[in-house]
Parts: sequence; structure tokens; C-alpha cells
Amino acid sequence: MNEKGHCNDMMGTLSDYIDGGLTPELCRALEDHLKDCKDCRVVVNTMKKTIELYQVESAKESIPPMVKERLYARMNLEDFRK
Amino acid sequence: MDEPLTSDGFSLSKLKTGDKAEFARLVETYSIKIYHLALKMLNDEQDAEDILQETFIKASRAFKGFEGRSSLATWLYRIAVNEALMLMRKRKPDSVSTDIDIESEDGQMEPIQIVDWCCLPEQELLSDETRKVLKIAVDKLPKSLLTVFTLRDLNGLSIKAAAEALNLTETAVKTRLLRARLRLRSELSSYFLESENRRSTE
Repeated sequence: MNEKGHCNDMMGTLSDYIDGGLTPELCRALEDHLKDCKDCRVVVNTMKKTIELYQVESAKESIPPMVKERLYARMNLEDFRK
Repeated sequence: MDEPLTSDGFSLSKLKTGDKAEFARLVETYSIKIYHLALKMLNDEQDAEDILQETFIKASRAFKGFEGRSSLATWLYRIAVNEALMLMRKRKPDSVSTDIDIESEDGQMEPIQIVDWCCLPEQELLSDETRKVLKIAVDKLPKSLLTVFTLRDLNGLSIKAAAEALNLTETAVKTRLLRARLRLRSELSSYFLESENRRSTE
């Protein structure tokens, strides 16, 4: 964080940057900044990795079999239970 | 002629006429995500199960009024979030201040940890200990940040769809998403810094 104020401004755009939602001008400004600022690069990379780790965990989620059974019974969908 | 499908690939006319196979497909597609959204919001398995059932019951009664402006996913998550918020208010009437708590924090920067852990070996990033830390960190998020993070980053809604599901502006969703991501990142950074320090003193 060599230019603290500048880095803080950048921080506000990080999420949008990761989501590809920045205007071309802002995107260029942020990428120029990232070239010179290792700390902000670390924040971007670790934020991306944080999201990725949660997504990996989320993909493993399931429903307990009994919860699913009761849901299908309540919806009268027993015949369609996989 | 093929009938039009919703943006997530369901036949609205079949759902509106009570086609059970199509409804079962909808339940199969979204039940895991809805159950875990409710579980994260309520931290209680029985409550999460109740929300899951209520969501699909409400949906099955309301297909006729669904105009297809949003995806069915967005619509279902909206029902689930509202049901969960209602239950939270019933359980702890004082604890759910939904929106206000977060907005008043505006302007406060989160402390920024600069630890470059993103290239650690996969086995460390996905160890049992790390998974526990992930769980603890997400449980510590205020619910208003947690719902945004879950809908956007875990359930894959767009910013616009998450805003619709939560009845928020897109700007509010973006602000909360940034804050949620910064907090989670910061918790993980502290953890990886500690484990690095632990290793170096061993």
C-alpha cells in the first residue's frame, strides 16, 4: 500500500474488477495501478482465491437424505425422487 | 413448435398447469442451494428444512402469477430469503435489523492483511483445518453480507438478479459483496499468516 489513499480508492473497485463489471477506463486505471503495486495485486489474487475456495466447498454441498425424502413427500413428488 | 422456456430452462406453462415431472425437476435443481442458503441464514437444520419446504409450497401456489421477468432461480431465492427473514424475526425479534446495520458502517475500511497465500499448495488450501476456517469465517459474517455473498458467489446470480432476490439496489448489492469478500479474505489471510508463523517457529 505505497500510496495509501490511492490504494483505498482502488479497493472500492476490486469486486467490480473481479466480476468484470468495471468500465474500460476504470479497468485500465486499476490494471495500471496493479502493475506497480504488489500489495494490491496480493489483495486481488487472494480475494479471487477466497471466492474460489468457497465455490469448491459449495459444490460439495448436499441435502441429508431424510430432508430430501420429507421434501418430496410434502410436495407429493415421491414418484419422481431420484 | 417448441414452447418458450424460462431463462433457466423450465417450462412455465407446464409448471402453471401442475406438471409434476417439471416441478420435480425444479425441486431437484434448486433444493440443495435453497437448503444451504437457509442453513447459512438460520444456523439450524430444522429451520432450514422448514424454509426449504415452505419455499416450494409457496412457489407451487404462485406459478400462475409468475411473469417470467426474472429467472425461476431468482424468484425462488427471493421467496426463500423472505421466509428465512420472517422466521429470523420470529425467533429473535431484536436481532434482525436487516439493512440498517450495514449501511451505517459505510466509510470504514476493513483492515487490510497483505499475505500472499494464493499460491499455497492445494492440499493446504483445501485441508480439513482450512475448511473449518472457511466455515467459521462465513458464520461470522453479518446476515446481510452473507446473503449477498451466497446468492452472488455461491449460487451464481448476477448482481442484478441478487438485487431482485433481496429487494436491494444493485449499488447496495455491490457494496455488500465487496465488504463480504474483503472480510472473508481477511479472515483467511490471518489464518494463513498464523499457520506460516507456526511453521517457521517449529
